Amino acid sequence: MLCFSLKSVPINVSAIVAAMDRPSVGALVSFEGRVRDHHDGHRVTKLVYQAYADLATSEGSRVLEEANRRFSITSIQCQHRIGELDISEIAILVAVSAAHRDAAFNACRYVIDEMKMRLPIWKLEFYGDAAAQWRHPEQGQIATVLERSP
Amino acid sequence: MARMTLLYFASLRERAGLERELVDSAARTLADLYDEAAGRHVLGWPRDHLRVAVDGEFAHWHDMPRSGSEIAFIPPVSGG
Repeated sequence: MLCFSLKSVPINVSAIVAAMDRPSVGALVSFEGRVRDHHDGHRVTKLVYQAYADLATSEGSRVLEEANRRFSITSIQCQHRIGELDISEIAILVAVSAAHRDAAFNACRYVIDEMKMRLPIWKLEFYGDAAAQWRHPEQGQIATVLERSP
Repeated sequence: MARMTLLYFASLRERAGLERELVDSAARTLADLYDEAAGRHVLGWPRDHLRVAVDGEFAHWHDMPRSGSEIAFIPPVSGG
């Protein structure tokens, strides 16, 4: 089973992983992308994720289908948060079950790498010491610096 | 003339000052449509750094705009 979704509430990892248990599953690999408290020397205080939901959902599902074709996996669950996140919250979860560990590790790596490159989702970083900024990694120098009231 | 809805995200949304807008345009391609919007709002992003989507699916800049469609300009992404 392949399932991608956008979530505006915290991601419940233990419930997701528990639901992936099957007698045939010998390996379960999960990756959590978390909100860290620093970026480029700035102290980060929170994030907001904005998504083009229709396209993110279809593209996310496509990535999971690709992983399912490439690797011998049993199931993949992937959830990405949208809206406001505090430090240490989970921004994205990728969980892969398989009969054997190679496929589970490889599929998990494939999915997180493709999601980061392809999902139409953007991160607005809030700093303790500078104006909030939309992150556009390919062209950081063009990113708009927002003038925001404190 | 075709009537379309344009969607803006992230720093493009900040520059445009709106999330979406209804436009009437005679643009022959999605590229021309972006150039019109970029001039109207001073979007600041060269088109070759962006992607374009129509009705929730990635499209090509040389595609012709369709009346009634929803067109999104996609700046470099930063999810995950």
